[in-house]
Amino acid sequence: MNATEVMDDQINKKTSKVKNFFRKLSRSWTGMLGFGIIVLLLFLSIFGEWIAPYDPMDAPLSKGLLPPMTDGHILGTDQLGRDILSRIIVGARVSVIIGVATAVLAGLIGTIVGVIAGYFRGWVDVVLMRIVDVTLSFPFILLVLVINAIIGTGLTNIIISLAVAGWVIFARVIRSEVLALREKEFITAAIATGVSKFEILVRHILPNIFTPIIILASLQIGTYIIAEASVSFLGFGVQPPEPAWGNMLNEGKDYIFSSWWLITFPGIAIIITALGVNFFGDWLRDTLDPDLKGE
Amino acid sequence: MLDFIVKRLLQVIIVVFLALTVVFFLIRLSGDPTTLFLPPDAPREQIEEYREQLGFNRPLYVQYGEFMINAVQGDFGQSLRSGEDALGLVMQRMPATFQLAFAALIVSMLIAIPLGVLSAYKRNTLFDRVGVGLSVVGQAIPNFWFGLILIFIFAAQLQILPSSGGGSISHMILPVITLALYSISRFVRFTRSAMLDVLNQDYIRTSKAAGATTSSLIMKYALKNSLIPIITLVALDLGVLLGGAVVTEVVFSWPGVGRLLHQSLLNRDFPIVLAGVFIIAIIYAVINFIADVLYAYVNPQIRVK
Repeated sequence: MNATEVMDDQINKKTSKVKNFFRKLSRSWTGMLGFGIIVLLLFLSIFGEWIAPYDPMDAPLSKGLLPPMTDGHILGTDQLGRDILSRIIVGARVSVIIGVATAVLAGLIGTIVGVIAGYFRGWVDVVLMRIVDVTLSFPFILLVLVINAIIGTGLTNIIISLAVAGWVIFARVIRSEVLALREKEFITAAIATGVSKFEILVRHILPNIFTPIIILASLQIGTYIIAEASVSFLGFGVQPPEPAWGNMLNEGKDYIFSSWWLITFPGIAIIITALGVNFFGDWLRDTLDPDLKGE
Repeated sequence: MLDFIVKRLLQVIIVVFLALTVVFFLIRLSGDPTTLFLPPDAPREQIEEYREQLGFNRPLYVQYGEFMINAVQGDFGQSLRSGEDALGLVMQRMPATFQLAFAALIVSMLIAIPLGVLSAYKRNTLFDRVGVGLSVVGQAIPNFWFGLILIFIFAAQLQILPSSGGGSISHMILPVITLALYSISRFVRFTRSAMLDVLNQDYIRTSKAAGATTSSLIMKYALKNSLIPIITLVALDLGVLLGGAVVTEVVFSWPGVGRLLHQSLLNRDFPIVLAGVFIIAIIYAVINFIADVLYAYVNPQIRVK
């Protein structure tokens, strides 16, 4: 095989992987729907500002509280005259950033803690798992709310608050995965042949827990997006005037008796997003690791 | 069994102890706690005086020790706004929160368990698909948004139910439905899978073959056995409901602990926050403990582990 053939071969392998992904995806309509929603969200969060029909911050007071389908405002305007559709489109970015960044941060902390606890066991494990128990002894939303109130509002701080409250789920699952892996023969063999602890961790344990981490992360993103919306709705989290679905609902709740469109559409955006992410996460789990379904 | 209970009880105490420690250091980590305990516009002399008065100028371990000793005695200091005992204020609001959480729990069980059982029994029929589909959608709906929509329909448009406040049955209807939504979705899915597990067992097939009627099959054999995991989930969900009531209570201005905590966070009234978080951690731990003991009681295999 000459060089170009090798390259062709690698390209073929890659395209066949992509093909394989879509072939499997096409068998599940919920998986496809979820994937479609995620692609749309990513698209909106990158190009939102160019797609939005109006400037989401532009507030002509004279055009306040216009009902949907008036004056070219498809979903109406809010109390300050800002176009709701534009704010929802641009607000997608906040939800995407928060969902993904929190999943990465919480996943990272949780994986490190879970691997250490599961691999080294003993008192390290006991101490770490007690910390997990304590964190789990607070309701998730309440914990996020209290942490956010203490460290302050804003995009970065809400991500930190969500991750500090959310890493424990990862730590628990990863720990039990590592505990199970440790008993496997190939690990015992590696230990017996004198492979260093560090090498076992990096070369044998980490690659094998990658799949559960990805699945768990994708399933948690929906939870984080809803939690951020709840916290922002309560006046913490992402602050106005930055368009985010949660604070749009917070501002809109005062007009509930007169203008229903202020609260209806951002809520629907949250539901579609959460559904899409959950559908895709469920499909990912069923495809990659059906055993996890019971958990 | 007694061994198991004592062991778990010790764990509860450790968790509550650690929870207090975490809360203490969380507040201290955020910088000078005096600024947290005072309104943002407080004059400098007041800050100095307050720091002295609360002992924030002493070594951290002394403060920690004192905080723990006071906390064990239920003393979290006074509300910065009203000057009332912080724990007392929290306890005053407790009945309203319990009322809401229990009502929501009962409503969701009454709706979800029959739905889940039927779904499992009619597996893969249209009924099952719709039931499971709805419960998936239900879990994606933020419950504060659902509450707002209910207010819009029943209070703003139809004007048949009050949108906020407490005190009567009609005040309870909307918040209870809002709070129950999430539990219903979870219970339906869970009851369905617990029932499916049992329905696949050999003894169910045997009794079917022996001519047991459908209703006796479900009620006498299957439901009884699938109740074990369901009870555990229900007990655990009471904790989630109690804590998760924060958002619902705010939406409906329900006079419970959740709304008190929210107001205290907005006002930076941290003694109340500390007391509230402490109480919720205890309730959570106790509920978990009861669920575990209940589970161990009905399933002896657990006790040995």
